[in-house]
Amino acid sequence: MSLITCENLALSYEGRCVLQGVNFSLAGGEYLCIVGENGSGKSTLMKALLSLKSPDRGEIRFGDGLRRTEIGYLPQNSAIRRDFPANVGEIVLSGCQNTLGSRLFYGAAARRRARQTMEKLGIAHLSRRPWRELSGGQQQRVLLCRALCATRRLLLLDEPAAGLDPVVTAELYALIREANREGLTVIMVSHDMQGALRDATHVLHLAGHQVYFGPAEEYARQDAVGCFCGGCANA
Amino acid sequence: MLETLREMLSYPFMQRAMIAGLLLSLCAALLGVILVLKNLSMVGDGLSHVAFGAMAVALVCNMAPLGLAVPVVLVTAFLLMRLQNGARLRGDAAVAILSTGALAVGVMAISVVPGVNVDLNGYLFGSVLAMRGADVWAAIALSAVVLVLFVLFYPRIFAVTFDADFARASGIRAETYTMLCAALTAVTVVVGMRLMGAMLISSLLIFPAVTSMRLFRSFRAVTISAAAVSALCFLAGITISYVCATPAGASIVCAHIVVFLFFTVAAAVAARRRK
Repeated sequence: MSLITCENLALSYEGRCVLQGVNFSLAGGEYLCIVGENGSGKSTLMKALLSLKSPDRGEIRFGDGLRRTEIGYLPQNSAIRRDFPANVGEIVLSGCQNTLGSRLFYGAAARRRARQTMEKLGIAHLSRRPWRELSGGQQQRVLLCRALCATRRLLLLDEPAAGLDPVVTAELYALIREANREGLTVIMVSHDMQGALRDATHVLHLAGHQVYFGPAEEYARQDAVGCFCGGCANA
Repeated sequence: MLETLREMLSYPFMQRAMIAGLLLSLCAALLGVILVLKNLSMVGDGLSHVAFGAMAVALVCNMAPLGLAVPVVLVTAFLLMRLQNGARLRGDAAVAILSTGALAVGVMAISVVPGVNVDLNGYLFGSVLAMRGADVWAAIALSAVVLVLFVLFYPRIFAVTFDADFARASGIRAETYTMLCAALTAVTVVVGMRLMGAMLISSLLIFPAVTSMRLFRSFRAVTISAAAVSALCFLAGITISYVCATPAGASIVCAHIVVFLFFTVAAAVAARRRK
């Protein structure tokens, strides 16, 4: 049974159609990498998967009992104010907000989950450090930690490696790979084809429409003969 | 010194101004933390000018000033919040147009209609004498609502302020919180402008948050510090205003400037010590 299915999806941004004809489905535990140029509709698709945007046409279906609020999300780094006064503990705990329900405050279970997730990602010692004093890599680790607090099923990542150096990027990918091995389904938007393709099981290539969806090995093979950079992608 | 304070507190008009002002300062500080962090600092300023315009028109038309100003400012607040979400007119340009436009309409209304003798100075720069019984009750009700909401919804307020998209994806109705914040800000501005003046009321929203962010780095600390700074500066300002016979609004803002500078220096010293 598939965890998430997009059927003939069309999306617009500020009244302009940016993406159409998207069809894919993903089963639990798979790792999808969404690639494409700037403006190809990647981030818009991300917003739709998060239910922040409703489709113009088509639909997004969640299966296997996955609830729309059970998604962990790592936004583009630029989405958050650099000088926001918040410490790591406050930010990670806010990942548990979908467990609040009708309660007003975080319970012991949420605090425990936040602490355990911080320990797992090796940032427990940073818990009282302010957001603005963290390095770019540490900030992404904190946001990943918050996302992992929010979900046990589906992780959505929007350009997690943007602006990071190669070493830190590799560390971050390793953490994501680890989460995927533990059973989490991963959907990642990325510019970094090589790094991303190493771990992905599936690839979705967008250019305003769907250029390719399928297994990652098959994509790599076709890419090697120049299918997606050259003519046949547009054919 | 104590004698002066006792004398100051013996006047009913000072008692009213103290109670209402202190409560308004707390409300403004808490709302201000949200506004500043959401890059909406200028919204308070825009709303105060619109409130001035509405009050002036109400006076000329012989209507109840608050009866007209509150709904007008509420509608403006909602519109401004909508505009922030990327429409044709950029948010900051919209605020600038609205605030100067409303100010001009207010001044025109007062000047054109003969027989209206209004203390323009009092409206623009505030007066302790303007706080009447109804204003005190409005301040008490408003602050009760703001303080209770802020404490009860603190985790959600943090979530929406830090990352609205993440909050929405987690099932929190972020728009509702933003609109509620806008509505409470609107009422704070209208009630507070009698005391602080239309020109100065927005400082009550912005200064405590910006000052606290100089020194404190966690959301909780900034929130608590903003409330404390706001209360302290209000008490200092109104005392100065009584002792030196200066306008209350300007005295309070001056107290905020001093505390802001103090926090800036303290932050620099703390940073140097850490190195």
